[in-house]
Amino acid sequence: MSSTAQAIHHEEHHQGFFERWFMSTNHKDIGTLYLSFSFLMLFVGGSMAMLIRGELFEPGLQLIQPYFFNELTAMHGLIMIFGVIMPSFVGLANWMIPMQIGAPDMALPRLNNLSFWILPFAFVLLLSTFFMPGGAPAAGWTMYPPLVLQGGDAIAFMIFAIHLMGISSILGSINIIATILNLRAPGLDLLKMPMFCWSWLITSFLVIAVMPVLAGAVTMMLFDRFFGTNFFNAAAGGDPVMYQHVFWFFGHPEVYIMILPAFGIISEIVPTFSRKPLFGYKAMVYAIACIAFLSFIVWSHHMFTVGLPLGAEVFFMFSTMLIAVPTGVKIFNWVTTMWKGSLSFEVPMLWAIAFIVLFSIGGFSGVMMALVPADFQYNQTYFIVAHFHYVLVGGALFAIIAGVYYWLPKWTGNMYSDFWAKLHFWSSTISVNVLFFPQHFLGLAGMPRRIPDYNVAFADWNMVSSIGGFWFGATQLIFVGVVIHCIFFSKHKAASRGWEHAYGLEWTLPSPAPHHSFTVPPVIDDTKLAHGDISH
Amino acid sequence: MSQLDANVYYVPHSSRWPIIAVIGMFLFMAGAAIWLNGYDGPGQIVLTIGALTIIGMMFGWFGNVIRESMKGIFNGQVDTSFRMGMMWFIVSEVFFFAAFFGGLFYIRTFVVPWLGGAGDKGIITNGFIWQGFSAAWPTNGPDSVGGSFIATSPWGIPLINTLLLLSSSITVTIAHHALRAGNRKRLIGFLGLTILLGATFLGLQAHEYWESYAHLNMTLHSGIYGATFYILTGFHGLHVTLGTIMLIVMWLRCARGHFDREHHFAFEAVSWYWHFVDVIWLCLFLFVYIL
Amino acid sequence: MTTISSNCKRRIVGAGAASGALLVSMAAAADPRPWQLNLDKGVTPISQQIWNLHMAALWVCVVLGILVFGAMFIAIFRFRRSKGAVAATWSHNTLLEVAWTVVPVLILIGLATPATILTREMYNATDSQMTVKVTGYQWLWRYDYISYDGKPITKVPTVWSRLAWDSNTARQLGSTVSPWSVVDKQTGFHDYLLDVTHPLVIPAGVKVRFLITADDVIHGWWVPDFATKRDAIPGIMNDSWTKVDKPGIYRGQCYVLCGQDHSAMPIVVKVLPKDQFNAWLAEQESAATLDKAARTAQAAPQKPDPAKG
Ligand code: HEA
Ligand code: HEA
Ligand code: CUA
Ligand SMILES: [Cu+2]
Repeated sequence: MSSTAQAIHHEEHHQGFFERWFMSTNHKDIGTLYLSFSFLMLFVGGSMAMLIRGELFEPGLQLIQPYFFNELTAMHGLIMIFGVIMPSFVGLANWMIPMQIGAPDMALPRLNNLSFWILPFAFVLLLSTFFMPGGAPAAGWTMYPPLVLQGGDAIAFMIFAIHLMGISSILGSINIIATILNLRAPGLDLLKMPMFCWSWLITSFLVIAVMPVLAGAVTMMLFDRFFGTNFFNAAAGGDPVMYQHVFWFFGHPEVYIMILPAFGIISEIVPTFSRKPLFGYKAMVYAIACIAFLSFIVWSHHMFTVGLPLGAEVFFMFSTMLIAVPTGVKIFNWVTTMWKGSLSFEVPMLWAIAFIVLFSIGGFSGVMMALVPADFQYNQTYFIVAHFHYVLVGGALFAIIAGVYYWLPKWTGNMYSDFWAKLHFWSSTISVNVLFFPQHFLGLAGMPRRIPDYNVAFADWNMVSSIGGFWFGATQLIFVGVVIHCIFFSKHKAASRGWEHAYGLEWTLPSPAPHHSFTVPPVIDDTKLAHGDISH
Repeated sequence: MSQLDANVYYVPHSSRWPIIAVIGMFLFMAGAAIWLNGYDGPGQIVLTIGALTIIGMMFGWFGNVIRESMKGIFNGQVDTSFRMGMMWFIVSEVFFFAAFFGGLFYIRTFVVPWLGGAGDKGIITNGFIWQGFSAAWPTNGPDSVGGSFIATSPWGIPLINTLLLLSSSITVTIAHHALRAGNRKRLIGFLGLTILLGATFLGLQAHEYWESYAHLNMTLHSGIYGATFYILTGFHGLHVTLGTIMLIVMWLRCARGHFDREHHFAFEAVSWYWHFVDVIWLCLFLFVYIL
Repeated sequence: MTTISSNCKRRIVGAGAASGALLVSMAAAADPRPWQLNLDKGVTPISQQIWNLHMAALWVCVVLGILVFGAMFIAIFRFRRSKGAVAATWSHNTLLEVAWTVVPVLILIGLATPATILTREMYNATDSQMTVKVTGYQWLWRYDYISYDGKPITKVPTVWSRLAWDSNTARQLGSTVSPWSVVDKQTGFHDYLLDVTHPLVIPAGVKVRFLITADDVIHGWWVPDFATKRDAIPGIMNDSWTKVDKPGIYRGQCYVLCGQDHSAMPIVVKVLPKDQFNAWLAEQESAATLDKAARTAQAAPQKPDPAKG
């Protein structure tokens, strides 16, 4: 095996820029690539959001034509979901999972590199559509036919971009499953794994199960548009709603793909800063599994108004509401973990607490929308926009930021500026509510989503929301500053155990972590597991 | 447990193949999109370059892995990782087909009856929009899009194809046992037979398509029936083609004396894939042809 | 175009204008208001029950929120290390865990049960006395009167309901007309993007069934005050119903993204007292025979010039 030892040795030292970043087989470098890419995309998608909020700042059209507004809405959704939230979670998985299970790297390092590099190319395809005849796709991120088929040259590019993203995330998930199931250090059995690994293991199954279904849906679209099939044309025995069923069979699990890893991150952070074992570790694991299972049988709650049979409406209402129970278990367990702990409020903990509150608010509105009759008044209004931004921004995005602040010292070996990080936190947490809470009111007052212009009665809350939007957006520039300073300029070195009472294998490695995490399997100490001492 | 036999972990060298693969895929799909949008010349050119890049990459990457495994630098753990990778890849393929099957079931259990006037929704849908249309399967809808057509009978070519694929699954298993028993002649013989069966299947499938187009007017345009029929059988046929190519590669490697009783993951992976293709066909035969 | 449509408007609205005074009062209550915070009760039994359900769910969430966040903030203030709190080491409590699994289940059943009953009611369109066919186009609505009081309606012309002219000029990119200047003369309501050339006219106190479909892409027909909402899907017919007792003008919008002018295909329903409606209907049927020109002029849905957005 000395040959490999040399290989590792060799790689660490003389490795050219191109070889290191484009031919990498290193989980940390690839993780860095994922995170940088999604960070960039956050700004691309966010800039679109700023344009959207700008146009919605007051009634009447001031900045852009309605059709371009629709392009922005659709691309904003697609970019934020496939280009920001998912890749950044995969990036965190790349960085942390091998370290957390005592592995040297991902199970299939070359496949790992492939999974990442597909993404930038996929988004080149997608974003290039802005410059095509007919412009970018403009039928929402849900891409409903027949409307989406009215698009111009963009359609084919959008569909193939989605195929590529699908391949990327499927390969990524296969890799994560193989890593977790096969590379765990001896003695680290599944029920001793950190919650983050658990959440990603289960998320990977979701990805493998639903991304191919999305691929199928858009493939039918491709055929309808270019090869004369009639999947979505009632005159030929098809049905536009068939697309919606297939899409949401993917789409709902997809939204849990975007929140389960967040649960994992929060479950790492809360015990650390409560200096207390995670409450009900096993229950947490089962809750995630339960949520994942349920997510396959609730999809039609996105389609309550399409005219489903009564029985279906009722079934999907009940199954949807059921999801509140396991999710509640997680919330309660986090709170109970804090109870009688010894809390301190370093930056990651602040974000984690904000996550719990904001995600719950989003979840509550979700349960309201699960009630069929009520959803008839909410459906396709800004109430839904508020709901999913609470769970996606206040939930997923906040958890990602929390994770970055939690593990950044481990990655870089440097401490970031506490002051600026806290400023980033408070500014974001206040502005995100100014941004999205009023959208509940707009929705209830009857303002539909996906409109560039609205009645003057909606003017005031939209202006508030837009101001919050610019504020939140501008705040994210602080984030950039903090991260760049931490990586390149911070003089403040981080200890290997970045946070006192941060257990788990990643903290047994020096900061910054060595090029290859563990070259020999570490020994597992049951009193030093990420979620606390389970020896008694 | 598998990780116990690894006292030192193995991590492969950095490789240029993934990035080449990505460039290939990108060119392929960009080319396809350009072509579909009717810019003929450049479309095909970019697409071909992409396809060639992908093929080259496959030889390069797999050749690379094969050489490494011949050198015996993979330990049992790496082998397990490969197996898991293939397994879960096949699972994802299953769900790809599930999307189309799901669509088919939805259409047949709900949409077509509605259009034909079944249930409250059917009464108004049929009565106000599609008067006079009565539900049936196969159908090409109220406007009989694509003109009247005849669906192929399951008891001709499809039945033969079913038997072909089933027996090919058996022959590949026999070949596998032969490999485990170290009986090369048998291995090569039955693997070759499997390839023949697969190829015959494809030939017959192609003939069936030609028949449908030429004589039965059953085409992609034949309403929802044509659409679901061709997308399901078409993607299956594509997978059979890939499977056959992989089998041929395996045959060549066996002929070259690759693999031994213990180490023949590639062979097993291909046989799993072949069984998967077989199972999908059984579902097709049942839900697309018979029912 | 303008002249014709305003003529027809005068004719169709005509009878209704008589009850203008009476309209002012309740119409205002229904329209969206500046700084509005909550759902409106609406004007039908269904919409009222939905409002109750909505409030029930809202309060459940508020209470649960107070409990959960309250507990968390107590922990945050009581158990901070800076106050010398020492961490306990327990990490299980079966009783607690069972409790907070079971209790939410019960709460949810408590919400879902009335919701189920209400859903069944909303799905029951039987014994409706009037049927109107609603068809969505890019970007206008078409209304066909099918039957009333068991008798088929044949003579009443199709109603093409598109964005009112003043809104349309005000909404153009860089238009000099301010959205705030667009006002409904009868009610004084700022009806920018919520006013149409020809509203749908229906009688009060009559159970009306809507057959909802679309011609090109998926649209959505929604009048919040009726809680009547269904996707309009090309090739598929959906149905929904309402029974409005209060005469008045009720406004809604197309709620399913349908292309560039999705924001510009509002829905206005004018509910007339039964007698006035009958008068209006008679007028329509007689008018139908004369002055075909106007009707044919409307009959073709003029798509807005894309250049004008
Ligand atoms: C991270 C993503 C995410 C998450 C986690 C969720 C979580 C949930 N969502 Fe959400 N949802 C979206 C993203 C997400 N959603 C998106 C993007 C859309 C719009 C798609 C589009 O149309 O573009 C959407 C739309 C959407 C709809 C469709 C609305 C419509 O279009 O008409 C519905 C309807 O039921 C719904 C319900 C729910 C429910 C019940 C949950 C539950 O999982 C929430 C559970 C959590 C809690 C309930 C809070 C904590 C629990 C407790 C404190 C316990 C006690 C609580 C009770 C007993 C109530 N969501
Ligand atoms: C998945 C995650 C995600 C995230 C993180 C966001 C983030 C944001 N979203 Fe997004 N949004 C969606 C997912 C997401 N969204 C989805 C799925 C839809 C539905 C699409 C559809 O209808 O099909 C949607 C739709 C949507 C709408 C409704 C559009 C419509 O229906 O017409 C709006 C409107 O306010 C909106 C706003 C915002 C804002 C202001 C942010 C902000 O949080 C963004 C903040 C980030 C930045 C601003 C970037 C960083 C800063 C800069 C670029 C510097 C420059 C800026 C300044 C100096 C001010 N989003
Ligand atoms: Cu019609 Cu939106
Ligand atoms: Cu959902």
